[in-house]
Amino acid sequence: MRAYVPAYDLRAPSSLSEVLALLAREPGTWQLMAGGTDLMVLLEAGKLSHKRFLSVAKLDDLRGIEAAREFVIVGAMTTYTEIQNHPILQSEFPLLCSAARETGSIATQNRGTLGGNIVNASPAADSPPALLVYDAEVELVSERGARWVPYHGFHTGYKKMQMAADELLRAIRLPRRAKKWLQFYRKVGTRRAQAISKVCIAGAALVENGAISDIRIALGSVAPVVMRAVKTETSLRGVSITPTVIEAARGTLAQEIAPIDDIRSTARYRLRVAQNLLQEFLSQLTK
Amino acid sequence: MSELVSRIHIQCRVNGEPRHAETFPMARLLDVLREELRLTGTKEGCGEGECGACSILLNGAIVNSCLIPAIEADGADIRTIEGIASGDQLNAVQKAFLECGGAQCGICTPGMVIAATALLERHPHPNDAEIREGLAGNLCRCTGYQKIFAAVVRACELSTEKKPVSR
Amino acid sequence: MEEKFFGHSVIRKEGREKVTGRARYVDDLTFPGMLHGVTVRSSVPRGRIRGIRFGETIPWHEFTVVTAADIPGQNEIALIEHDQPCLAAESINHPEEAIVLLAHPDRYLLEEARRAVQIDVEPLPAVFSIEDSLAKRAVIFGEDNVFKSYHMEKGDVDAAWAQADVIVEGEYRTGAQEQLYIETQGMISVANPAEGVTVWGSLQCPYYVHKALMPLFGLPADKIRVIQAETGGGFGGKEEYPSMIAAHAALLAWKSGKPVKIIYDRAEDMVATTKRHPSRTRHRTGVTRDGKLVAMDIDFVIDGGAYATLSSVVLSRGTIHAAGPYSCPNVRVHSQAVATNAPPHGAFRGFGAPQSIFALERHMDQVARTLNLTPEEFRRRNFIRQGQTTATGQLIHENVNFDALLDRAFRESDYHAKRERFARENPGATIKRGIGFASFMHGAGFTGSGEVYLASVVDVEATREGNVRVLAASTEIGQGTNTVFSQIAADALGISYDRIEIAQPDTGAVPNSGPTVASRTSMVVGNLVQTAALAIKKTLLDSGLLCDACTEDEFVRACRKYIETRGPLRSRAQYEAPPGLFWDDKKYSGDAYGTYAWAVYVAEVAVDTVTFEARVTDFVAVQEIGKVIHPVLAAGQIEGGVAQAIGMALYENVVWRDGRMANGQMTNYIMPTAADIPPIRVFFEEHPYLFGPHGAKGIGELPMDGPQPAIINAIENATGICVRQIPATPEVLMEAMAQKAAALV
Repeated sequence: MRAYVPAYDLRAPSSLSEVLALLAREPGTWQLMAGGTDLMVLLEAGKLSHKRFLSVAKLDDLRGIEAAREFVIVGAMTTYTEIQNHPILQSEFPLLCSAARETGSIATQNRGTLGGNIVNASPAADSPPALLVYDAEVELVSERGARWVPYHGFHTGYKKMQMAADELLRAIRLPRRAKKWLQFYRKVGTRRAQAISKVCIAGAALVENGAISDIRIALGSVAPVVMRAVKTETSLRGVSITPTVIEAARGTLAQEIAPIDDIRSTARYRLRVAQNLLQEFLSQLTK
Repeated sequence: MSELVSRIHIQCRVNGEPRHAETFPMARLLDVLREELRLTGTKEGCGEGECGACSILLNGAIVNSCLIPAIEADGADIRTIEGIASGDQLNAVQKAFLECGGAQCGICTPGMVIAATALLERHPHPNDAEIREGLAGNLCRCTGYQKIFAAVVRACELSTEKKPVSR
Repeated sequence: MEEKFFGHSVIRKEGREKVTGRARYVDDLTFPGMLHGVTVRSSVPRGRIRGIRFGETIPWHEFTVVTAADIPGQNEIALIEHDQPCLAAESINHPEEAIVLLAHPDRYLLEEARRAVQIDVEPLPAVFSIEDSLAKRAVIFGEDNVFKSYHMEKGDVDAAWAQADVIVEGEYRTGAQEQLYIETQGMISVANPAEGVTVWGSLQCPYYVHKALMPLFGLPADKIRVIQAETGGGFGGKEEYPSMIAAHAALLAWKSGKPVKIIYDRAEDMVATTKRHPSRTRHRTGVTRDGKLVAMDIDFVIDGGAYATLSSVVLSRGTIHAAGPYSCPNVRVHSQAVATNAPPHGAFRGFGAPQSIFALERHMDQVARTLNLTPEEFRRRNFIRQGQTTATGQLIHENVNFDALLDRAFRESDYHAKRERFARENPGATIKRGIGFASFMHGAGFTGSGEVYLASVVDVEATREGNVRVLAASTEIGQGTNTVFSQIAADALGISYDRIEIAQPDTGAVPNSGPTVASRTSMVVGNLVQTAALAIKKTLLDSGLLCDACTEDEFVRACRKYIETRGPLRSRAQYEAPPGLFWDDKKYSGDAYGTYAWAVYVAEVAVDTVTFEARVTDFVAVQEIGKVIHPVLAAGQIEGGVAQAIGMALYENVVWRDGRMANGQMTNYIMPTAADIPPIRVFFEEHPYLFGPHGAKGIGELPMDGPQPAIINAIENATGICVRQIPATPEVLMEAMAQKAAALV
């Protein structure tokens, strides 16, 4: 343990109003801790610069999955284990379940939460590409009230979010789609289990009369934030998949992602594999 | 030097016994178990939730105790490797590890036994893929995992043998 | 002698303690008044220390602070050379070199203090690669940066090229590899002028630590005591480095007058301790048109890091294994261990052999391809046989039968059918499958006259209760020392396995049976256990207290009677070389090892051309290791070694930044999980070795040598890509495939 632990405050209020009051009274003083699977690693390494934390572990209203007519609402403190085992998520939002299943180990899945994953804002996170593909929205609450914001655009830069210092992410909602979208998720990690992604892609497309009528493509680990490949999506709407279209889409994708070299992989690898995965996704649409 | 926070008092059940400790809220549960409660069977291998040597059951679910802040243990039900055997009676997983050679150096073994026990609670008869997935969070550098897989399969047999035919 | 336990899979001696969590590793031990210790290290690869500053925010009067000036004796970690300091005093030669030690009762405060120590360094030019070191980009050791070189020659290579129809050249590289035992390094010491120095720790070689502590404190042998705690894996990583951490704990204990515990966290263990030597091997091979080896010219270089440590010995084993299990009349191996400004590379299972064997077994496939022969046919034409000589000129007396090993490996792996099926199915498939193999050997025990020089000793004593205790410095590190010694002793004495006790390795109580390395413990030390146990029995027989066909009860009564009437019942055995072994250290020729384990390993892979990930999907390991002492333990050794070798071949990549490991976390240094390892199918051929206990040979390192080339050969079979470096990460495979595609355009 590299950190000077006696300097770290961690409190676990038992009500949401208590948490929101503390956040409102001293904005910026308190940071929230969910499952702790990322923050505790930083603490251990002596790299956790913030010192005062509020655990939301005791807030039961942040847990659970609720299926309404138009949306499925997932509480921010819902764990990966709960997500992957939920029947409605399994049938309608399989990419999210795949992502949950490929996040860390079972021990991590028992602790890690969807809300924590979003707010931790890692560009290599596994679930956010799925959330982008599903047009997810996130609910932010504070003493000032609650608001739903689209998840697309929520992350504005590396570890930057459209969230005020007094706000807490309470839930994520996923619109239920009437039509049958074809879906694709693939995480390329450093090994088959317990891996941080080197490239991750989630895709969904609505194919009608042999042409793509709508499409979502989202990627992790290829930019400072988990991103939607909007230009690539635009270029594919209304077209039928041919080898030429795929080749062009590979080129468009290369222009809108910005992968880097780091200790896990290289920019060249990430670019090439992102293109290959896009190709694999698009090729499956023709089947 | 940084400003200090005060220690907190935590109470929990560990291996069925009520226990308590005075510690810092952000202290790792792993350290509380090993140093305050002297339950040294739970090991530290990496301190980053990667190796699983510190696996315990927290309210019935397997977790890495190096990633749990002490405050979350307050009121919790905890099972460690010391609570897996009943007295001198090893559980099926422990017996199978002995029989099949699932333990070599032994440092990953407590976590591996916890993971295998948790796996068999979820899937009493896991297939090969489920065994691999269930143990993928516990790294072993000695065995190449083969004898551990064999031990899990053997533990299923031992559990089945023990159970009454009808209930 | 009846084999009641030998050859049977008895329950691991200390297994129950391990599965219940009761086994006590060093971090589980605590002493009254104990302090914790930490190490302040250099952040630069090379430089001169100008000063040390202690930050103002820390109550330093509460701390014990040790620098080089506090060392009572010589500032060195005694091993082979005398170049490595215990604490850097003036010059720094690698990142993470130890400079200051701190101790305090509060672990949290200790870390705060560690951050507050600033080392002021004037940087000096450094070298980070084999090429830069050989080119003397900066001279950092001696006159030419070379720690050690060997020149080994059989026949006349220069003259032989004329007989070759074809000459094939190739260059191959292997990266550093972290041992990654799951228990990090740790030591506890109690030390003061009155009692001397005692350490408890996680270690493989108690007497290595003992030897290092004597000059450091200027104390005689009887004032130093080294005790092994339960040890959570070693793989060579706890061969030499424990001397360093023991020295540090002991210096803090000596100065503070209190017990001091140092436990490295994973990050420190990964960046500061030893790794497998990176290597570069160049082959130039002459063959006749019909596939007979004529000449092998091998240039083998390993990166030793900043200090000599064990590099000369690692280089030696790599050199001797470089030409493999083939008969070739003309062989030359020139090898060098060079200095770089990285932490010293050290012992790791295989000890140089995996590096040179990777190159050879990749190269053999290239030569076969050039000759338009199958890899197996080319090897069959050159396998070494009884009556032929190895590259060191060692005459093979045993009836080694590589054709049979190969046949069995191919049968078990369904090699030919798969090769044919993959060739048919691969075109057009996204996932390409392939199968490949390697044939190799590993010399058991110390090299050359090493065992004679060690002159290992084992004691066996009977107790009043009729139990028999084995006293040896050989350590249980997971591989099964306790169990194997108990099996051997029980059979020698004709008593039950449970009656054998294994004394804790403690230099104050057990004789020096040599280090626990080099696949020597079962074969060499096990033989001594047998000899000493037989001597106990003989003493009892000679005394008339026991008859030959006794029951266990009679044995127990005889022991008690003997001890009561005549005193302690103890025997000692010391190593004697098998007859007829000759080794010339100057020419580097002769009988390099008493014997070898021989093997053929087959790997099957799947390479995903979308993600460039290669995965091993099946693995068959066939080996001849003399008699198998314990089938479960033996298979466990092979499976574990294969898994480590799979890691080395595909996953385990040390990312270096100016001599420092940049990915020193388990999250970013990727070892295989349960989901990454294929079924590993292990088969033994048993031919008794005359000078091992019941015919057993060494086994521990063998499985680390062959999987890497077998896997890369399989990748070449799958993809047509010729990879010459490991780890073959997806990034490496992608670049190789891109190059091949570019070459085709």
